[in-house]
Amino acid sequence: MEKAIRKYWPVFVLPTLAAFLIGFVWPFLQGLYLSFCKFVTINNATFNGLKNYIFALTEADFLHSFGFTVLFTVVSSACINVAALAIALALTREIKGTNLFRSVFFMPNLIGGIVLGYIWNILLNCVLTLLGKPLMNLYAPYGFIGLLILMCWQQIGYMMIIYIAGLQSIPGDYLEAARIDGATERQIFWKVKLPNLMPSITICAFLTLTNGFKLFDQNLALTGGEPAHQTEMLALNIYQTFYGRSGPQWKGYGQAKAVLFCILVIAISMIQLRATRSKEVQQ
Amino acid sequence: MTKRHQLKDRITTVVLALLSVAWVYPVFMILFNSLKKESAISTGTAFELPTAESFAGFANYADAIQSKGFLSAFWYTLVITVTSLVLILICCSMCAWFITRVNAWYSKALYFLFVFSMVVPFQMLMFTLSSTADRIGSSATVGNLAGKLGISVSKAAADISLLPLNTPYGICIVYLGFGAGLAVFMFCGFMKSIPLEVEEAAMIDGCGPIRTFFLVVLPILKPTLISVGILETMWLWNDYLLPYLVLDRTKGYMTISILIQYFRGSYGRVEMGPMMASIMLNIIPIIIVYLLCQKHIIKGVAAGAVKG
Repeated sequence: MEKAIRKYWPVFVLPTLAAFLIGFVWPFLQGLYLSFCKFVTINNATFNGLKNYIFALTEADFLHSFGFTVLFTVVSSACINVAALAIALALTREIKGTNLFRSVFFMPNLIGGIVLGYIWNILLNCVLTLLGKPLMNLYAPYGFIGLLILMCWQQIGYMMIIYIAGLQSIPGDYLEAARIDGATERQIFWKVKLPNLMPSITICAFLTLTNGFKLFDQNLALTGGEPAHQTEMLALNIYQTFYGRSGPQWKGYGQAKAVLFCILVIAISMIQLRATRSKEVQQ
Repeated sequence: MTKRHQLKDRITTVVLALLSVAWVYPVFMILFNSLKKESAISTGTAFELPTAESFAGFANYADAIQSKGFLSAFWYTLVITVTSLVLILICCSMCAWFITRVNAWYSKALYFLFVFSMVVPFQMLMFTLSSTADRIGSSATVGNLAGKLGISVSKAAADISLLPLNTPYGICIVYLGFGAGLAVFMFCGFMKSIPLEVEEAAMIDGCGPIRTFFLVVLPILKPTLISVGILETMWLWNDYLLPYLVLDRTKGYMTISILIQYFRGSYGRVEMGPMMASIMLNIIPIIIVYLLCQKHIIKGVAAGAVKG
């Protein structure tokens, strides 16, 4: 059977592979090469060694956006996961209206990042105006908080669905046995539910961390990096380096930043998966 | 159930109800603001419901639809989403079947590459991808090919692109390449659990690989097809940066997400009324689809996460 399938590779693999080569592999390799070049368009690239990387690593804006991204990702991941788990616990108690609540909390995930950004831009700036405070794109800490609220609003529902699925897959016998042994609700949560939820926690932590690092649309629409690049995250900083500046050197800098960003995201994904996989309970 | 338990359940219900009101409020706020007159919308009054004086009816909606080509943007978004989705579902499930059933170094290498592509951020490929798409789109024309072959063609035919990656029809190929990672990964995860015997039986009964795949494997895959379809649709419909960079906007190609960005003029002037109307026009179809098949959507997300 394997031989028969193997013969048909042009039918089964070729369409995806060709698109994958055009849409991913070729641009990826070319991008890797161009990060060592000075260029405006792809055809006129001249090799200039590590200069782009040296510039990227010493640019204040880039380093600031790195710090901002790390801070935002850590804070937002913690908030989203704790809130999502709390709501998932509440929704698995078999109270009335569970389905309705679940649907409502999940709804923001279906709306695109740009639209979400504008919705919250209008709402939060109105709150700030009524309180007599500076707007989000004039005062960076408010921009940070606004982005945090927006991401919580969007992602809690998604993570909640994953936690609910995780909670429902815990065998009822475990909980019953714990209850018969006289465990309190708190003990059941910490000693039975949480260890059995580890796979879900791994997935959610991984998703929130990478979503935080890769965040672009919401950042662009909510504050656009204002004031003075202070709320600019890595993805937006790279975009601005490419398309927001003129001059022959900027595209190369942008590509070098993009490679650094890419390495960072891959490294986080690997570390994160390894760290939480080892804590999972063997069932 | 004890009294204390009941009280606790009631408090939880009330808290959750309040939270859900807060959850839908932003969308509701956009809805009533989109019905206000342009002059009545400002950052300080976004919480006020429209009054008889500021009520504008559907003027903003008419404006949003007419002024910047909403209908064509809507059509292009639909074309891109549906075509890419069909391509991704069919091509990637076929590819995943090949990878799981053929035990060779290259299928392992392919699998690794696809998984790797899921992690790589779009910014890494952003510039090269958009300029490659542009170059292929404008240079791989009938005219150039005919010139190489020494055939002469008419001017109109010469301008037709063979691989128009920078149009809403060709961009689907880019999406197939870029969306393949997640799809192949999820399909492979599921296919490992399909018993081989079923397929072998089909083959022994005289089915070729193609018939086996479409008549036997694909029907078994249905739940995974739905999950992958939902995850990819959520991404395709809302994607902003890829179409923004790849589509040739000089020819008027854009998606709804790009259009909304256009209402924020270049000098800080925002056409708030039409912008909110276009936001609503973007959200309404999403909410209708959600109401119709929310069970599948929520199940699909949960299933996708377990495999992820």
